Amino acid sequence: MNKHEPGGRKLDLRNGRVELSHGSGGRAMARLIGEIFYAAFDNEWLAAGNDQAAFDIPAGRMAMTTDGYVVSPLFFPGGDIGKLAVHGTINDIAMAGARPLHMSASFIVEEGFPLAELKLIAESMGEASRAAGVAIVTGDTKVVERGKADGVFISTSCVGIIPAGLALSGDKARPGDVVLLSGSIGDHGVAVMSKRENLSFDTEVLSDTAALHELVAAMVETAGDAIRLMRDPTRGGVAATLNEIAHQSRVGVRIDEKAIPVAPQVAAACELLGLDPLHVANEGKLLAVVTCEAADALLAAMRAHPLGAQAARIGEIVADEHCFVQMTTAFGGGRIIDWLSGEQLPRIC
Amino acid sequence: MKHVDEYRDGNLARAIAQRIAAEAQSDRQYRFMEFCGGHTHAISRYGIEDLLPENIRLIHGPGCPVCVLPMGRIDDAIRLAAREEVTLCTYADLMRVPASGGSSLMKAKANGADIRMVYSTLDAIAIAEKEPQRQVVFFAIGFETTTPPTALAIRLAQKKGLKNFSIFCNHVLTPAAMQAILDTDNGVEIEGFVGPAHVSTVIGSAPYRRFASDYHKPVVIAGFEPLDVLQAILMLLRQINEGRCEIENQYRRAVTESGNAKAIDEVAEIFDLREAFEWRGLGEIPHSALKLREAYADYDAERRFAMETKPARDNPACECGAILRGQKRPQDCKLFGVACTPETPMGSCMVSSEGSCAAYWAYGRFRQYQNEARKAS
Repeated sequence: MNKHEPGGRKLDLRNGRVELSHGSGGRAMARLIGEIFYAAFDNEWLAAGNDQAAFDIPAGRMAMTTDGYVVSPLFFPGGDIGKLAVHGTINDIAMAGARPLHMSASFIVEEGFPLAELKLIAESMGEASRAAGVAIVTGDTKVVERGKADGVFISTSCVGIIPAGLALSGDKARPGDVVLLSGSIGDHGVAVMSKRENLSFDTEVLSDTAALHELVAAMVETAGDAIRLMRDPTRGGVAATLNEIAHQSRVGVRIDEKAIPVAPQVAAACELLGLDPLHVANEGKLLAVVTCEAADALLAAMRAHPLGAQAARIGEIVADEHCFVQMTTAFGGGRIIDWLSGEQLPRIC
Repeated sequence: MKHVDEYRDGNLARAIAQRIAAEAQSDRQYRFMEFCGGHTHAISRYGIEDLLPENIRLIHGPGCPVCVLPMGRIDDAIRLAAREEVTLCTYADLMRVPASGGSSLMKAKANGADIRMVYSTLDAIAIAEKEPQRQVVFFAIGFETTTPPTALAIRLAQKKGLKNFSIFCNHVLTPAAMQAILDTDNGVEIEGFVGPAHVSTVIGSAPYRRFASDYHKPVVIAGFEPLDVLQAILMLLRQINEGRCEIENQYRRAVTESGNAKAIDEVAEIFDLREAFEWRGLGEIPHSALKLREAYADYDAERRFAMETKPARDNPACECGAILRGQKRPQDCKLFGVACTPETPMGSCMVSSEGSCAAYWAYGRFRQYQNEARKAS
């Protein structure tokens, strides 16, 4: 984003719509960036108005990640695409045990998109980034013709600092390790689904979208490198994440259905729609694999944090050359937890 | 969750499982077919086989509407959707079913055909209303459970005076297929049926009587919850042990003897029996499917578009047919889990979550290795 003194008339933030000129590099674009994004993100790096943000970094290892957000609808119970774009990318950094430092945001906006909604989204991002203490320090805006995008798509990237001595990785789970889950599952997917056209149903379920880096910091402080790995079970849900872990580490996972927290409203909605909560997306939960010795202390530390209040020990890592994730059902039988086949719900994040 | 959790109670399950284990005679085998894919799914999803003694074998029946639809009908639908003026509305389940030449509705859609996934027949009606310039065709499939909603859509189209709505009718009948299985000597003796749940809410329990009287096979109609299935197995076991042969109704909370009279009447008003219909794996079965009556010919896509089904051959290595007949298990198929997975299905049983192959793949395939390990030790 460039610094600018565009002059001319102010944007009509109440009734105006995004036009192609808002992405063409001229005065209109400067207006859009200034009145919407600078105002919402408000930080010194962005205000410097350069093509990039420059900042000091401490010694050690860094983590970097990027993610695209295309959720539909853009506003859903408990959140919106903007909040999701901040939390989701922060969480990807946090899963390395890292402290997120700064992030970037890139917008692809469809011609005709209401300026008022773009402002709401930007303000929501600003609020989320301030609450998380992670500034949006650089960005980009493009406008595409009507019909070439669906409202707005957002890409965010983030860099973070990994504490010395920590090297979490998906291939580090070992037989005997314990699997912890930070809270109830399926809330985000159900909240988004409840507002989908031709699927809409009434529910009080709110998306769980949240930045997890402070919970992670508390976990790292308690258990340090006894934590083998962490993952946030977003698209594909807990089922996909556990399968990724099993395959990366060449181990099996055994979980107990009774130990997995699912809110009654989420369970009811899944029942209605024929979904398995294990396949439904989360945006504010994490799975941690930890050594058996450190599991109790880590679980206690998670429960002491508001975002981990419902944390539970859901299973353990076992030796298994087939890398199966198996579950003892509450009914008393056994079954595999597989990756989701096909699309359960497109554009969930 | 009230009215759901009660039917999934682990303590009750253990109690019934203990009774089954105590009453199953150890010197003999029991072979029961659960006809419906809904039961197959419940058995796999809740791990019911783990609660049964080894001498009770469940044979997964052909009650999965997607699985029994012959490939030729999918080809028909693809040809139909290729017509410039046609919008084909379908349940999502059908999208990935393999068609001839490696095609599928999904691929046809990617190639530009106007194919839309709907959640109910009413969605298709809404599209027809909203887009009067399009010929909207609903790909109607399913057993007796889904026929009344199709009938409702036709009634609604009639009431609204819609000239651009029709259905491609593939509705099939459960008792006819059960009879075909019993009439065919395929080397698998079925001693009793776990009878359909939702189908029976519509047709009632009476249509199964002939299986007890003429074929001497007990039928226990059961709900789709895991405790329903377990209890039905116990009831079948008792009938066999006591030499009884009856139609019993475990699913009394939803199924009556005479069924849903309103739905039955409405279906009879709009639909007529076909002379015969091809079922995947079971071949041509007489009087096993429905077509629209003459009076409703305007809503019949087969007539409106002069559709003609061309015979199509399944992949020769695919064992879906033998699996649907209960002769083979998914793991007996050479393609299973190798060339054929839910992501790249070669046969229809791998497509629907109610299909035996998909259910075994998604929930039960660890058993294969468990059994091998047991044998090895």
